[in-house]
Amino acid sequence: MNDKSSPRKFSRRKFVQGVSTTIIGSYVLTPGVSKISEKLEAETKEIASGKKPLNLIVNKVRYELMISPETTLAEVLRNELKLTGTKLICNHGECGGCTVLLNGEAIYSCQMLALDAGEKEVTTIEGLLTGEELHPIQKAFVEHDGLQCGYCTPGQIIAAQAILLKNSQPSKEEILTGMSGNLCRCAAYPNILKSVLAAAGYLTEGTNR
Amino acid sequence: MAVKIIKSKNFVETDFVESLAEVPVEEYKPWPENDKLKIVGKPVSRIDAYEKVSGTASYTTDKFLPNMVYGKILRSPHPNAILKNLNTEKAEKLEGVLKILSFKNCPEISWYYDTSLLFDKNLRYQGDEVACVAAISERIALEALKLIEVEYETLPFVTTASEAMMSESPKVHGWGNILDGKPDTYVRGDVEKGFNEADQIIEEEFNTQVVVHNPTEVHCSLANWDDDKLTIWDSTQAIFSVRDTVAASLKIPSSKVRVIKKFMGGGFGSKLEAGKHTIMAALISRDIGKPVFISVDRKEMNLAVGNRPDSNQKLKIGVKKDGTITALSHISYGSVGAYPDSAGCSWPLKTIYLCPNVKTEEYSVLTNSGRSRAMRAPGHVQGTFALEAIIDDAAEKIGMDPLEFRLKNYAETDQVFNVPYTSKKLKDAYLKGAEIIRWKRRNKTPGSQNSEVKNGIGMATQIWWGGGGPPAYAALKLNRDSSINVFAGSQDLGTGTYTFIAQVAAEVLEIPVEKIKVDIGDTDFPYCPLSGGSMTAPSVAPAIRDAAEQMKGKLISAAAAILNLPEEELMYSQGLVSSIKEKDKKISITEIVSKTRNRELITNGAREKNPDGYATNSFGVQFADVSVDTLTGKVKVNKIAAAYDIGRTLNPKTLYNQIHGGIIQGLGYALFEERLLDRKTGKVLTTNLHSYKIPTIKDAPEIEIAIVSQFDPLNSSIGVKGVGEPAIIPTAAAIGNAVYNAIGKRIRSLPITPDKIIKALYS
Repeated sequence: MNDKSSPRKFSRRKFVQGVSTTIIGSYVLTPGVSKISEKLEAETKEIASGKKPLNLIVNKVRYELMISPETTLAEVLRNELKLTGTKLICNHGECGGCTVLLNGEAIYSCQMLALDAGEKEVTTIEGLLTGEELHPIQKAFVEHDGLQCGYCTPGQIIAAQAILLKNSQPSKEEILTGMSGNLCRCAAYPNILKSVLAAAGYLTEGTNR
Repeated sequence: MAVKIIKSKNFVETDFVESLAEVPVEEYKPWPENDKLKIVGKPVSRIDAYEKVSGTASYTTDKFLPNMVYGKILRSPHPNAILKNLNTEKAEKLEGVLKILSFKNCPEISWYYDTSLLFDKNLRYQGDEVACVAAISERIALEALKLIEVEYETLPFVTTASEAMMSESPKVHGWGNILDGKPDTYVRGDVEKGFNEADQIIEEEFNTQVVVHNPTEVHCSLANWDDDKLTIWDSTQAIFSVRDTVAASLKIPSSKVRVIKKFMGGGFGSKLEAGKHTIMAALISRDIGKPVFISVDRKEMNLAVGNRPDSNQKLKIGVKKDGTITALSHISYGSVGAYPDSAGCSWPLKTIYLCPNVKTEEYSVLTNSGRSRAMRAPGHVQGTFALEAIIDDAAEKIGMDPLEFRLKNYAETDQVFNVPYTSKKLKDAYLKGAEIIRWKRRNKTPGSQNSEVKNGIGMATQIWWGGGGPPAYAALKLNRDSSINVFAGSQDLGTGTYTFIAQVAAEVLEIPVEKIKVDIGDTDFPYCPLSGGSMTAPSVAPAIRDAAEQMKGKLISAAAAILNLPEEELMYSQGLVSSIKEKDKKISITEIVSKTRNRELITNGAREKNPDGYATNSFGVQFADVSVDTLTGKVKVNKIAAAYDIGRTLNPKTLYNQIHGGIIQGLGYALFEERLLDRKTGKVLTTNLHSYKIPTIKDAPEIEIAIVSQFDPLNSSIGVKGVGEPAIIPTAAAIGNAVYNAIGKRIRSLPITPDKIIKALYS
């Protein structure tokens, strides 16, 4: 959390970029008598395997990672950070299951290379909570039963958040358009719409059927 | 409470299954109407909603174990081929590859009712399994698949049922393409005589397409061994079936296999059986000593894990001028793909309408394509589309209103088994649905509007089983703080199983739902049936009630001992046992449990038997209001009115949601969903969610639901009937009839796409 306010003088990323060739060279030439620390040795191996450093800010926490360049943002979130709320349903940008916020905009995280998300603010479903307390949109999805199996739900809720971040009073048509990239095979759509309408403040208690 | 063992006969999807079941000797009085209950029937929010909206619900795809590795499957690219040779040398050398399983090193494990093997050298459809690679990452496993060298001998193939039935066509298996060599037939009365008595005879032919389940969570399993004990996390609707199939395949006792499923991303019937990938994960895991996770991708989802079979249906109906149906006949052909399954779809025609003379022939035909599996109301969806169309056409022919015609031929009893129904409120549903949609608005002459966009109204009836039955068990643990744990080996597919279980226990013990913790989806818990056939709630809810009622009995018994009073003098209410005579003599659950040495009380409940000599069915009707653009051919569904007799409503919130889902899936089936298979190459063209269209939020019509039933008084002490499948059954038929009412042309094949409308209107 403090990373932004107190930038480190010595960034591992810069260091690695700057001296990687030399290190690899010395490692290869004199493996037995290397004075490189174990940590650097490990990093060197990763560089040799083609991995790249990635500085990722997810749910306001900064992560420093080494990843293969072909890794998608969705893969990093799920496999590296274990933020499994983000779901891979089609992995082709067709269903919206992997929707996350990138600097406040909804994107399909399966369609973005993780390296392209470097230094940007990523918000996943887990990031909407405050401690154990649900976000009002999440509460609306509970109250209005905007889900069945729940697998597409994180993507639906993030898509709704993206709509409401832009416009706190969207029309029904704007909500439908904004949510139309998120497939729900259980087809809980009427209740998803109701949940988003409620989150936007259009519905009051007692309309929960 | 005393129990006994009986022979129980239940309807599971398309078959009657007989098994021994333990049932309570004494049965409880049915609950009264919902307005006299406190928790059941109320719109309680899902108790598992927090996990689902917070992203913390752990699905099988989200399970990570230390050292776990990933498996990917190589599949045949050909519709029919023999695997001549397989060279895995290069793939094995790829860094990170741990194991490659194929016919070369895998034991022979029988599959598809002994018609094939886990790894068979005969590959009978595009997608049949060739090999499985396990590697330290999914990407490496996928890379390795490309390095496997395979030599195929390609063979001629058949892709459609009509082609496959010709004698000169290639045989998918050696023994011919018609399953069992003949159709499933049913005869009641004398159809020839019936048709002779008719004033009008109508014959029509209908076709429906193949559609794919496409649940959001892909099929996947994670297998892990500890010594000789195997644990499998599986995205499944049937934990016990998976356990037993895995045990049989690996030739190990079922007791050594534990299957867990806490959350799943949909199934719709495709996850009712163990997948080949599950067995592969278990085999490889045992071999390499690491947990193995195998998942399929979206393309494989559209090729290899089931579909709703297509149908070609020939119907014939005889009617008298007064509206009496004198005879019905039905011949259907459906392609089950490359391995045995059922494509029959005659049931609705046999039972919905009063008719003494019925004959049906159902052909299930093998083709070189992905095998079908039960899909939400298998058979009924396609059968109802055709039946309800010809019913409308017959009514028109004799100049009768379609609703009046249906009421005229209303069947009060089950005509196949010749027994009464435990309850049937279809008539009320007809009238309620007609009122909601304002039936009188319909065009008296179909297609008579002169506008570019024409409106129409249509209706369709549905019947389904949905009575459930034994065996189903549950264990209840009452804790000192008066909270309760329920353990039951059932599954929640997104249907609300977690929640209704908590509601039923809370209702009996008169404590808040929040005090009930529900644990399901684990074969270590008492047995419950698979979650399919709309049988979960009617099977499981009574077992929960039994366990909770017994707990009440235990509390009274314990209170009697503590208070030194006879049991008959005590009553239970809202967490307190008190004396009927002296009101100050009372004791709370917490005090009772604290005084027991073990600090907890445990009961086991069982589902009571179904009543002898009755049939239990769910009934319903949907009315569709559509607009058809006669210039573009586009159909817009404005509104669906759905009226149902599903016995007791356990939770209107989850019930309505499930009905919405069925209707919208039915709308997709009616208007655009279709698996396209290229007849020249035998390959599937719709292998992703871009080309395979499923409904989006913008396709959802206005939906108004009415439940006309209070509770089924005879089926169980809860009186709930299943609704999961009934929700989808009549939608396509109602939309089809509404389109006819709008344009006056009958579209006899699904999906009803714009090109078919335009062709019908202008050619």
